[in-house]
Amino acid sequence: MPKTLPWLGGGILLGAIFFLSVFLIKPIGVSTEFVIADGIIWNAVNPDIVVADEASKSGYSSPNAYLNSSDGKMAKAIEEPVSYGMLFVVSLMVGAFLSSLLKGDKPEGLQKSMPEVWAARFGENKIKRYTATFIAGFIVLFGARMAGGCTSGHMMSGIMQMSVSGFMFAAGAFAVGIPLAIILFNKKQNTE
Amino acid sequence: MTYALPIILGLLFGFALNRVGATNPQNIINMLRLRDTFLMKAIMLGIGIAAVLLFGGLMAGIVDPSHISIKKAYWGVLLGGALLGTGFAIAGYCPGTGLGAAMTGRKDAAFFVIGGLIGALVYALVYGSIKDTALFDKLLGGAATLADTGNEKAVTLMEGQWLGVVVGAAFIAIAAALPKRIL
Repeated sequence: MPKTLPWLGGGILLGAIFFLSVFLIKPIGVSTEFVIADGIIWNAVNPDIVVADEASKSGYSSPNAYLNSSDGKMAKAIEEPVSYGMLFVVSLMVGAFLSSLLKGDKPEGLQKSMPEVWAARFGENKIKRYTATFIAGFIVLFGARMAGGCTSGHMMSGIMQMSVSGFMFAAGAFAVGIPLAIILFNKKQNTE
Repeated sequence: MTYALPIILGLLFGFALNRVGATNPQNIINMLRLRDTFLMKAIMLGIGIAAVLLFGGLMAGIVDPSHISIKKAYWGVLLGGALLGTGFAIAGYCPGTGLGAAMTGRKDAAFFVIGGLIGALVYALVYGSIKDTALFDKLLGGAATLADTGNEKAVTLMEGQWLGVVVGAAFIAIAAALPKRIL
Protein backbone atom coordinates (compact mmCIF):
# COMPACT_ATOMS: atom_id res chain seq x y z
CA MET A 1 0.00 0.00 0.00
CA PRO A 2 1.40 3.46 -0.85
CA LYS A 3 2.44 5.75 1.98
CA THR A 4 -0.16 8.35 1.14
CA LEU A 5 -3.20 7.62 -0.99
CA PRO A 6 -3.66 9.69 -4.17
CA TRP A 7 -6.59 12.12 -4.10
CA LEU A 8 -8.94 9.75 -5.91
CA GLY A 9 -8.49 6.85 -3.52
CA GLY A 10 -8.34 9.15 -0.50
CA GLY A 11 -11.52 10.97 -1.52
CA ILE A 12 -13.44 7.73 -2.08
CA LEU A 13 -12.32 6.47 1.34
CA LEU A 14 -13.31 9.71 3.13
CA GLY A 15 -16.63 9.89 1.26
CA ALA A 16 -17.48 6.31 2.16
CA ILE A 17 -16.75 6.88 5.86
CA PHE A 18 -18.75 10.12 6.09
CA PHE A 19 -21.71 8.54 4.33
CA LEU A 20 -21.46 5.37 6.41
CA SER A 21 -21.56 7.39 9.65
CA VAL A 22 -24.78 9.19 8.80
CA PHE A 23 -26.27 6.04 7.24
CA LEU A 24 -25.63 3.99 10.38
CA ILE A 25 -26.18 6.54 13.15
CA LYS A 26 -25.18 10.21 12.87
CA PRO A 27 -22.60 12.54 11.30
CA ILE A 28 -18.97 12.63 12.43
CA GLY A 29 -17.68 15.34 14.77
CA VAL A 30 -14.53 15.82 16.84
CA SER A 31 -14.16 19.21 18.53
CA THR A 32 -16.88 18.79 21.20
CA GLU A 33 -14.71 16.13 22.83
CA PHE A 34 -12.06 18.74 23.66
CA VAL A 35 -14.65 20.41 25.91
CA ILE A 36 -15.72 17.06 27.35
CA ALA A 37 -12.08 16.19 28.15
CA ASP A 38 -11.67 19.59 29.84
CA GLY A 39 -14.91 19.06 31.74
CA ILE A 40 -13.83 15.64 33.00
CA ILE A 41 -10.66 17.17 34.49
CA TRP A 42 -12.53 20.24 35.73
CA ASN A 43 -15.19 18.08 37.38
CA ALA A 44 -12.49 15.97 39.05
CA VAL A 45 -10.96 19.12 40.58
CA ASN A 46 -14.32 20.70 41.37
CA PRO A 47 -17.16 18.13 41.60
CA ASP A 48 -19.78 20.91 41.65
CA ILE A 49 -19.19 21.73 38.00
CA VAL A 50 -21.55 18.95 36.88
CA VAL A 51 -24.46 18.00 39.12
CA ALA A 52 -27.38 15.61 38.74
CA ASP A 53 -30.50 17.64 37.99
CA GLU A 54 -33.90 16.09 37.42
CA ALA A 55 -35.24 19.32 35.97
CA SER A 56 -32.74 19.09 33.12
CA LYS A 57 -33.61 17.01 30.07
CA SER A 58 -30.23 15.23 30.08
CA GLY A 59 -30.46 14.58 33.84
CA TYR A 60 -27.46 16.82 34.52
CA SER A 61 -26.76 20.53 34.73
CA SER A 62 -23.79 22.81 35.31
CA PRO A 63 -23.24 26.28 36.79
CA ASN A 64 -21.09 26.91 33.69
CA ALA A 65 -23.34 28.35 30.97
CA TYR A 66 -21.55 26.50 28.17
CA LEU A 67 -21.57 23.05 29.75
CA ASN A 68 -25.20 23.67 30.68
CA SER A 69 -26.26 24.63 27.13
CA SER A 70 -28.41 22.26 25.01
CA ASP A 71 -30.19 20.88 28.10
CA GLY A 72 -26.93 19.87 29.77
CA LYS A 73 -25.88 17.54 26.95
CA MET A 74 -22.18 18.21 27.56
CA ALA A 75 -22.62 18.02 31.35
CA LYS A 76 -24.01 14.53 30.85
CA ALA A 77 -21.09 13.46 28.65
CA ILE A 78 -18.71 14.67 31.37
CA GLU A 79 -20.48 12.70 34.08
CA GLU A 80 -20.79 9.62 31.83
CA PRO A 81 -17.52 9.76 29.88
CA VAL A 82 -17.90 6.45 28.05
CA SER A 83 -20.06 8.20 25.47
CA TYR A 84 -20.43 7.77 21.72
CA GLY A 85 -18.39 10.91 21.01
CA MET A 86 -15.54 10.05 23.36
CA LEU A 87 -15.26 6.47 22.10
CA PHE A 88 -15.23 7.78 18.56
CA VAL A 89 -12.42 10.26 19.20
CA VAL A 90 -10.26 7.84 21.20
CA SER A 91 -10.72 5.29 18.42
CA LEU A 92 -9.76 7.94 15.85
CA MET A 93 -6.47 8.36 17.72
CA VAL A 94 -5.88 4.60 17.80
CA GLY A 95 -6.79 4.33 14.11
CA ALA A 96 -4.25 6.98 13.11
CA PHE A 97 -1.63 5.29 15.27
CA LEU A 98 -2.29 1.87 13.71
CA SER A 99 -2.15 3.31 10.20
CA SER A 100 1.22 4.92 10.93
CA LEU A 101 2.52 1.54 12.11
CA LEU A 102 1.19 -0.16 8.97
CA LYS A 103 3.28 1.87 6.53
CA GLY A 104 1.08 4.95 6.77
CA ASP A 105 2.34 8.50 7.16
CA LYS A 106 4.93 8.58 9.97
CA PRO A 107 7.33 11.45 10.73
CA GLU A 108 11.06 10.93 10.73
CA GLY A 109 13.82 13.05 12.29
CA LEU A 110 12.98 16.74 12.28
CA GLN A 111 9.46 16.00 10.99
CA LYS A 112 8.63 14.79 14.51
CA SER A 113 8.89 18.42 15.56
CA MET A 114 7.92 20.39 12.46
CA PRO A 115 7.10 19.97 8.78
CA GLU A 116 9.81 20.83 6.21
CA VAL A 117 7.83 23.82 4.98
CA TRP A 118 7.98 25.34 8.48
CA ALA A 119 11.72 24.66 8.91
CA ALA A 120 12.46 26.23 5.51
CA ARG A 121 10.62 29.42 6.46
CA PHE A 122 11.12 29.80 10.22
CA GLY A 123 14.17 27.69 10.98
CA GLU A 124 14.62 24.54 13.00
CA ASN A 125 14.05 25.98 16.47
CA LYS A 126 11.70 23.48 18.12
CA ILE A 127 10.53 25.77 20.93
CA LYS A 128 9.41 28.31 18.34
CA ARG A 129 7.41 25.66 16.46
CA TYR A 130 5.86 24.22 19.64
CA THR A 131 4.90 27.69 20.86
CA ALA A 132 3.29 28.42 17.50
CA THR A 133 1.30 25.17 17.38
CA PHE A 134 0.23 25.63 21.00
CA ILE A 135 -1.17 29.07 20.20
CA ALA A 136 -2.66 27.77 16.94
CA GLY A 137 -4.36 24.95 18.86
CA PHE A 138 -5.82 27.47 21.27
CA ILE A 139 -7.22 29.60 18.43
CA VAL A 140 -8.50 26.59 16.45
CA LEU A 141 -10.46 25.06 19.32
CA PHE A 142 -11.74 28.42 20.56
CA GLY A 143 -12.95 29.07 17.01
CA ALA A 144 -14.36 25.59 16.52
CA ARG A 145 -16.38 25.86 19.72
CA MET A 146 -17.68 29.29 18.74
CA ALA A 147 -18.71 27.85 15.38
CA GLY A 148 -20.16 24.72 17.00
CA GLY A 149 -17.97 22.31 15.07
CA CYS A 150 -14.73 21.88 13.16
CA THR A 151 -13.44 20.56 9.86
CA SER A 152 -15.11 17.19 10.27
CA GLY A 153 -18.40 18.26 11.85
CA HIS A 154 -19.04 21.50 9.98
CA MET A 155 -17.07 21.28 6.79
CA MET A 156 -17.33 17.64 5.78
CA SER A 157 -20.47 16.43 7.59
CA GLY A 158 -22.18 19.81 7.21
CA ILE A 159 -21.64 20.31 3.51
CA MET A 160 -22.42 16.64 2.85
CA GLN A 161 -25.87 17.38 4.34
CA MET A 162 -26.17 20.67 2.39
CA SER A 163 -26.15 22.58 5.67
CA VAL A 164 -25.86 26.38 5.32
CA SER A 165 -23.68 26.48 8.44
CA GLY A 166 -21.23 24.04 6.85
CA PHE A 167 -20.78 26.31 3.83
CA MET A 168 -20.42 29.36 6.13
CA PHE A 169 -17.79 27.62 8.20
CA ALA A 170 -15.78 26.52 5.16
CA ALA A 171 -16.00 30.05 3.71
CA GLY A 172 -14.63 31.55 6.93
CA ALA A 173 -11.88 28.95 7.29
CA PHE A 174 -10.57 29.16 3.72
CA ALA A 175 -11.05 32.92 3.37
CA VAL A 176 -8.49 33.31 6.15
CA GLY A 177 -6.52 30.06 5.92
CA ILE A 178 -5.50 30.34 2.26
CA PRO A 179 -4.16 33.93 2.24
CA LEU A 180 -2.54 33.47 5.65
CA ALA A 181 -0.73 30.30 4.56
CA ILE A 182 0.45 32.06 1.40
CA ILE A 183 1.72 35.07 3.40
CA LEU A 184 3.36 32.90 6.06
CA PHE A 185 5.01 30.28 3.88
CA ASN A 186 5.49 31.62 0.35
CA LYS A 187 7.77 34.50 1.28
CA LYS A 188 11.55 34.41 1.21
CA GLN A 189 11.70 30.77 0.40
CA ASN A 190 13.33 28.50 -2.09
CA THR A 191 10.38 26.96 -3.83
CA GLU A 192 12.10 24.61 -6.21
CA MET B 1 -23.42 -3.16 20.95
CA THR B 2 -23.84 0.61 21.20
CA TYR B 3 -20.09 0.81 21.78
CA ALA B 4 -19.11 -1.09 18.64
CA LEU B 5 -20.27 1.58 16.19
CA PRO B 6 -18.26 4.58 17.46
CA ILE B 7 -15.19 2.37 17.88
CA ILE B 8 -15.37 0.99 14.32
CA LEU B 9 -16.16 4.38 12.75
CA GLY B 10 -13.46 6.10 14.83
CA LEU B 11 -10.83 3.52 13.88
CA LEU B 12 -11.78 3.84 10.21
CA PHE B 13 -11.73 7.63 10.29
CA GLY B 14 -8.41 7.87 12.11
CA PHE B 15 -6.91 5.30 9.76
CA ALA B 16 -8.25 7.22 6.75
CA LEU B 17 -6.99 10.61 7.98
CA ASN B 18 -3.49 9.17 8.22
CA ARG B 19 -3.81 7.33 4.91
CA VAL B 20 -4.86 10.39 2.94
CA GLY B 21 -1.94 12.33 4.42
CA ALA B 22 -4.12 14.70 6.47
CA THR B 23 -2.15 14.05 9.68
CA ASN B 24 0.95 15.46 7.96
CA PRO B 25 0.99 19.27 8.42
CA GLN B 26 3.21 19.63 5.36
CA ASN B 27 0.26 18.48 3.21
CA ILE B 28 -2.24 20.80 4.94
CA ILE B 29 0.01 23.85 4.62
CA ASN B 30 0.82 23.08 0.98
CA MET B 31 -2.92 22.70 0.34
CA LEU B 32 -3.72 26.08 1.92
CA ARG B 33 -0.94 27.90 0.08
CA LEU B 34 -2.22 26.31 -3.14
CA ARG B 35 1.10 24.63 -3.81
CA ASP B 36 -0.17 21.06 -3.81
CA THR B 37 -3.93 20.69 -3.67
CA PHE B 38 -4.19 16.88 -3.68
CA LEU B 39 -5.69 16.96 -0.18
CA MET B 40 -8.27 19.57 -1.19
CA LYS B 41 -9.19 17.39 -4.15
CA ALA B 42 -9.58 14.39 -1.83
CA ILE B 43 -11.71 16.36 0.67
CA MET B 44 -13.97 17.81 -2.05
CA LEU B 45 -14.33 14.41 -3.67
CA GLY B 46 -15.16 12.90 -0.28
CA ILE B 47 -17.83 15.53 0.41
CA GLY B 48 -19.23 15.09 -3.12
CA ILE B 49 -19.43 11.31 -2.93
CA ALA B 50 -20.97 11.43 0.55
CA ALA B 51 -23.57 14.00 -0.59
CA VAL B 52 -24.56 12.00 -3.69
CA LEU B 53 -24.88 8.81 -1.63
CA LEU B 54 -26.74 10.59 1.17
CA PHE B 55 -29.31 12.45 -0.95
CA GLY B 56 -29.58 9.55 -3.40
CA GLY B 57 -30.18 7.31 -0.40
CA LEU B 58 -32.78 9.69 1.02
CA MET B 59 -34.62 9.73 -2.34
CA ALA B 60 -34.52 5.94 -2.51
CA GLY B 61 -35.76 5.73 1.07
CA ILE B 62 -32.77 3.74 2.34
CA VAL B 63 -31.34 6.52 4.54
CA ASP B 64 -33.21 7.36 7.74
CA PRO B 65 -33.80 11.17 7.75
CA SER B 66 -33.71 11.18 11.56
CA HIS B 67 -29.97 10.44 11.34
CA ILE B 68 -29.46 13.82 9.69
CA SER B 69 -28.10 16.41 12.10
CA ILE B 70 -27.94 20.02 10.95
CA LYS B 71 -25.97 22.60 12.92
CA LYS B 72 -27.44 26.07 13.33
CA ALA B 73 -26.30 28.98 11.18
CA TYR B 74 -25.25 32.19 12.97
CA TRP B 75 -22.49 34.75 12.41
CA GLY B 76 -20.32 33.03 15.01
CA VAL B 77 -20.01 30.11 12.57
CA LEU B 78 -18.28 32.38 10.08
CA LEU B 79 -16.08 34.03 12.73
CA GLY B 80 -15.28 30.71 14.38
CA GLY B 81 -14.42 29.29 10.96
CA ALA B 82 -12.10 32.25 10.35
CA LEU B 83 -10.38 31.63 13.70
CA LEU B 84 -9.98 27.96 12.87
CA GLY B 85 -8.56 28.93 9.48
CA THR B 86 -5.96 31.09 11.24
CA GLY B 87 -4.63 28.29 13.41
CA PHE B 88 -5.05 25.78 10.57
CA ALA B 89 -2.64 27.83 8.42
CA ILE B 90 -0.10 28.38 11.21
CA ALA B 91 0.01 24.80 12.48
CA GLY B 92 -1.23 22.67 9.61
CA TYR B 93 -3.56 20.87 12.01
CA CYS B 94 -7.28 20.88 12.73
CA PRO B 95 -8.82 19.21 15.81
CA GLY B 96 -9.18 15.71 14.34
CA THR B 97 -5.92 15.62 12.40
CA GLY B 98 -4.01 17.14 15.34
CA LEU B 99 -5.12 14.29 17.61
CA GLY B 100 -4.25 11.72 14.96
CA ALA B 101 -0.90 13.34 14.18
CA ALA B 102 0.13 13.43 17.85
CA MET B 103 -0.42 9.66 17.93
CA THR B 104 1.90 9.13 14.97
CA GLY B 105 4.75 10.73 16.92
CA ARG B 106 4.45 14.40 15.97
CA LYS B 107 5.38 16.47 19.02
CA ASP B 108 4.22 19.77 17.52
CA ALA B 109 0.78 18.17 17.22
CA ALA B 110 0.85 17.29 20.92
CA PHE B 111 1.42 20.99 21.71
CA PHE B 112 -1.44 21.82 19.33
CA VAL B 113 -3.74 19.46 21.25
CA ILE B 114 -2.75 20.94 24.64
CA GLY B 115 -3.33 24.44 23.28
CA GLY B 116 -6.68 23.19 21.95
CA LEU B 117 -7.75 21.84 25.32
CA ILE B 118 -7.00 25.20 26.92
CA GLY B 119 -8.69 27.11 24.08
CA ALA B 120 -11.84 25.02 24.47
CA LEU B 121 -11.77 25.56 28.24
CA VAL B 122 -11.39 29.32 27.86
CA TYR B 123 -14.32 29.28 25.41
CA ALA B 124 -16.45 27.47 28.01
CA LEU B 125 -15.49 30.16 30.55
CA VAL B 126 -16.32 33.15 28.31
CA TYR B 127 -19.43 31.67 26.64
CA GLY B 128 -21.73 32.97 29.38
CA SER B 129 -20.74 36.57 28.68
CA ILE B 130 -21.02 36.39 24.88
CA LYS B 131 -23.99 34.07 24.39
CA ASP B 132 -26.57 36.86 24.18
CA THR B 133 -24.70 38.87 21.55
CA ALA B 134 -25.71 39.15 17.87
CA LEU B 135 -22.95 36.64 17.10
CA PHE B 136 -25.36 33.87 18.07
CA ASP B 137 -28.56 35.19 16.48
CA LYS B 138 -30.03 32.48 14.30
CA LEU B 139 -29.81 33.04 10.54
CA LEU B 140 -32.27 31.63 7.98
CA GLY B 141 -34.27 29.98 10.74
CA GLY B 142 -31.29 28.19 12.31
CA ALA B 143 -30.68 24.65 11.10
CA ALA B 144 -31.00 25.64 7.44
CA THR B 145 -30.18 23.38 4.51
CA LEU B 146 -29.97 24.08 0.79
CA ALA B 147 -31.71 20.82 -0.12
CA ASP B 148 -34.53 18.94 1.55
CA THR B 149 -33.11 16.40 4.00
CA GLY B 150 -36.49 15.19 5.22
CA ASN B 151 -35.33 15.83 8.78
CA GLU B 152 -38.04 17.43 10.89
CA LYS B 153 -35.67 19.72 12.83
CA ALA B 154 -34.01 21.10 9.70
CA VAL B 155 -35.22 24.20 7.86
CA THR B 156 -35.28 23.58 4.11
CA LEU B 157 -34.52 26.58 1.92
CA MET B 158 -35.14 24.84 -1.41
CA GLU B 159 -37.47 21.97 -2.14
CA GLY B 160 -36.22 18.75 -3.63
CA GLN B 161 -33.66 16.20 -2.58
CA TRP B 162 -32.22 15.96 -6.09
CA LEU B 163 -30.49 19.30 -5.43
CA GLY B 164 -28.24 17.56 -2.90
CA VAL B 165 -27.25 15.03 -5.56
CA VAL B 166 -26.55 17.83 -8.06
CA VAL B 167 -24.42 19.85 -5.63
CA GLY B 168 -22.61 16.64 -4.65
CA ALA B 169 -21.91 15.89 -8.31
CA ALA B 170 -20.63 19.45 -8.73
CA PHE B 171 -18.18 18.88 -5.86
CA ILE B 172 -16.93 15.72 -7.57
CA ALA B 173 -16.48 17.62 -10.85
CA ILE B 174 -14.60 20.47 -9.14
CA ALA B 175 -12.40 17.96 -7.28
CA ALA B 176 -11.47 16.36 -10.59
CA ALA B 177 -10.92 19.66 -12.40
CA LEU B 178 -8.94 21.44 -9.67
CA PRO B 179 -5.30 21.76 -10.75
CA LYS B 180 -2.73 20.09 -8.48
CA ARG B 181 -0.73 23.26 -8.26
CA ILE B 182 -2.28 26.73 -8.45
CA LEU B 183 0.46 29.01 -7.07
